[in-house]
Amino acid sequence: MIAWTIYVTFGGALLLLFLPHVLARWMALLASLTGFVISLNAFFATGDSGTFKTIVQLPWIRGLGFEYHLAADGISLTMCLVTSLTAVSAVLFSWDVEERPNEFFFWLLLVVGGSYGVFLSADLFLLFVFYELVIVPKYFLIAIWGSTNKEYGAMKLTLYSFFGGALALIGIIAIYVTAGGATLDLQQLAQFKFAPQFQSWVFPILFLGFAVLAGIWPLHTWAPTGHVAAPTAGSMLLAGIVMKLGAYAALRVAMNLLPLGFQMWSKWILVLGVIGIVYAAGVALRQRDLKFVIGYSSVSHMGFVLLGLASANALAVGGAVLQMFSHGVIAALLFAVAGRMIYRRTHTRDLDALSKMNLSKLLPFAAFSFVIASAASMGIPGFSGFAAEITILLGVWKAYPVAVLVTGAGMVLVAAFTLRALKKTFFSDAATAVRTQQGRVPLDPDWSEQSPISAAEKWGASLLMFATLAAGLYPKFLLDRILPAVEAMHFLKP
Amino acid sequence: MNYFELLRLAAPEAVLVVTALLVLALGLLNGRASGLCSGVAAAGLLFASSAVLMLPAQATLFHGMLVITPLVALFKVVCLALAFFTVILARQLDTPHHGEYLALLLLATVGLMLLVGSEELLVIFIGLELTGLSLYVMAGFDKNDVRSAEAGLKYFLFGSTASAFTLFGISLIYGMTGTTGLAAIGGKLGAITPLLAAGMVMTLIGFAFKIAAAPFHLWAPDTYQGAPAPSVAFIASASKVASFVVLGKIVLIGFGPAQGTAAWHAMVAGWAPLLAALAALSILIGNLVALAQTNVRRLLAYSAVAHAGYTLLGLVAGGREGFSATLFYTTTYAFTLVGAFGVVGLVRRETGGDDFVHFVGLRRRAPWLAGCMAVFMLSLAGLPPLAGFFGKFYLFSAALRIGGNHGLLWLVVLALFGSLISFYYYLMVLKVIFVDKAADNLPTFKLDFLQRASIALLAVIVLFLGLFPGGLVWQITSSLP
Repeated sequence: MIAWTIYVTFGGALLLLFLPHVLARWMALLASLTGFVISLNAFFATGDSGTFKTIVQLPWIRGLGFEYHLAADGISLTMCLVTSLTAVSAVLFSWDVEERPNEFFFWLLLVVGGSYGVFLSADLFLLFVFYELVIVPKYFLIAIWGSTNKEYGAMKLTLYSFFGGALALIGIIAIYVTAGGATLDLQQLAQFKFAPQFQSWVFPILFLGFAVLAGIWPLHTWAPTGHVAAPTAGSMLLAGIVMKLGAYAALRVAMNLLPLGFQMWSKWILVLGVIGIVYAAGVALRQRDLKFVIGYSSVSHMGFVLLGLASANALAVGGAVLQMFSHGVIAALLFAVAGRMIYRRTHTRDLDALSKMNLSKLLPFAAFSFVIASAASMGIPGFSGFAAEITILLGVWKAYPVAVLVTGAGMVLVAAFTLRALKKTFFSDAATAVRTQQGRVPLDPDWSEQSPISAAEKWGASLLMFATLAAGLYPKFLLDRILPAVEAMHFLKP
Repeated sequence: MNYFELLRLAAPEAVLVVTALLVLALGLLNGRASGLCSGVAAAGLLFASSAVLMLPAQATLFHGMLVITPLVALFKVVCLALAFFTVILARQLDTPHHGEYLALLLLATVGLMLLVGSEELLVIFIGLELTGLSLYVMAGFDKNDVRSAEAGLKYFLFGSTASAFTLFGISLIYGMTGTTGLAAIGGKLGAITPLLAAGMVMTLIGFAFKIAAAPFHLWAPDTYQGAPAPSVAFIASASKVASFVVLGKIVLIGFGPAQGTAAWHAMVAGWAPLLAALAALSILIGNLVALAQTNVRRLLAYSAVAHAGYTLLGLVAGGREGFSATLFYTTTYAFTLVGAFGVVGLVRRETGGDDFVHFVGLRRRAPWLAGCMAVFMLSLAGLPPLAGFFGKFYLFSAALRIGGNHGLLWLVVLALFGSLISFYYYLMVLKVIFVDKAADNLPTFKLDFLQRASIALLAVIVLFLGLFPGGLVWQITSSLP
């Protein structure tokens, strides 16, 4: 059933090429909502989430032993859920796309469909096909519909993704050839005992290749630039889904297939993760552009994912997966507020300029959403960010207490830059006496876009706020599905 | 062995020669009858391919001068299909000499079929020359365009020099072994002597020229830019495919004992390190120089150099799997490039040029053409789910598997680095088409059904070979001995 998320999304994308312009957004909404319902249903219906259960298995390229093999466990289902959530809200926040809407939603759905494919693939070749499929749509989404320095940002992001893909491809081919050249099935490969010497050089290539997309320091620089250049829905997809692709593939492929290599290199990943958390938070503190602040906060939060993965402890890895879910939702919400709600109305993202606008009065709903998202991002108890980060830190504490201490300092920085952005954007003392006139927001000098917050925006934001609250108040329903799947993985007991 | 048997086994070639003469006569009788000429040429190609399919699966004439194996049949059909698409592309040409052009195209195809279908150095050389001479004229066919004349002349000068080298190399090999049959040569070659090395190097130079591998690629940019689009499509596709088939046969069968190895820590003299050096140079030079191009045809020319480098990887690895990876890659590449040059030719016809600026606004002026171009470019860049991705995966895995202890990893890494660079410039083409803002009042393209359908069909082929490459891979591997 969950496999239909892929088909529905790609089918919707294909149909979009033939539909008239007015129907484009409805088609996109239909496809993404169907995906959401399917993933939600699959998430709750699955009883045994510990096994990587096969959904479809068909021969594909016989001569080389590749199969069209989809499977799902608790981790895949969680990732599908956050993908579909982000997709629905990204479509809602693109409701006003007037320029070439069919193409826009076509590329958007390709990103979403490819991501479902990555999360559900049980054949490494198939996984990589989906993984690379996502690259080009991102380029067009940013280069055509983006803002600030869009062509540079798009090209940088795309080349980084392709670079990561090329690194990973070396690792994949090496694995394929060494394992006999007859299969790339993940479950069969996991049974294969690769020589320690082989694992020691293939693991870092493979892991790093995937981790480029997860924003690992120092290969993270595509993320802030790309996020800033992207249109709102693009940033939401990038932060909400695409960065998770890298982390997921690093976990599912690199760590699971090459456990010995992972043991040799895990300390280095841990170090890079911690540096990412602290460094990105520090940089975010100094940004003037609201989207850059959020972009760096994404890198910082993805550092937590790497930290959790590197600890090689079931609880921390489970926390890392929970953090992927949580960050997907929070980052999407932050970008939605900054890119759609604020920027489309004020035409500026400069914090100093925003601080003069008294936005909390003019756009109360935006302020409300941003407060929720910031609280979740800072890790206030009750929101998903707290649940995820505390799980990671608890898991890491046993093995690497020093890392937890440094990370704690990083979390203070996260709180600092989030509060700074929040205060400058919405609650500045320097607010001048700008008033609303008949429900219009007089912020934009040429009055081109001054509509109040639309229903689509409210629905999209509410969906994400509900998700972060639900996951924060009752993380058990996610962890119950994630942890058995993590415990079943091989890297815990090589 | 009687003459009837010879005629029967050479039926496809005979059909093509007769068609060529017929088309030539029709063209001379009536200069306006370009549609009729194309129809007859296309029908002749279809007849020839059905003749190929009806021949026995295995046959040998005159000690390998003409052989028929499943591999030969498969690649004769591929060459005929590429010629078929070129005939359709040639409808773009605005010339009163349509019949002559098509006759030359058919003769070049006969040459390619001889190349593919022979395991004897002399016949191979005759095939090379027949193809070459036809293609020189096709490259310089546009008499009103000085660039076309330049293209033809450069191609001719470089080509004839390369042929001289090849012929000299063949004579050296013959002098040492006393035979021109590939299998017999393979049986007699022993340790590498200076004379053998000279013979091998000289023979290979001719082929390096044909496949446009660096440093023998210097003709490519000017020819690709100046020659009429259908000629370039044919030079870059069918001629390349046939050259790779023959090159593979020569090195794997003829020079088999002198393979050597190109593995990083264990290089052994032979043709493998030679081809590895050619591949590495081609990948680097082709990709780096392509970065600086602003003309789509020159860009495709330099990228063709790089692709020749990737394709050589399979031969460097050698063996059945390496050869089949090379053949798969060159086949998919050929179809992609015919499509790309079809689009480029149409853009040139409608806008008067093929620089980047002429592609601006293509998205709105001819949306389906733009979509097809995206498919071709992304396939060349090696992105799934298009044929180029699987081709590269197959090549690299073959290279890594056969090299033993990952000895060829250095070449694979270099090739992946090259494709990272190439991704940038292919994206630049797509950026011009899809992202850059065009003036509002540009007219839409006037395309007839045949042109649209043929280019769309090529895009579908590229997509299909990417999604379901298993069939072609099976065809190739099962036809290799």
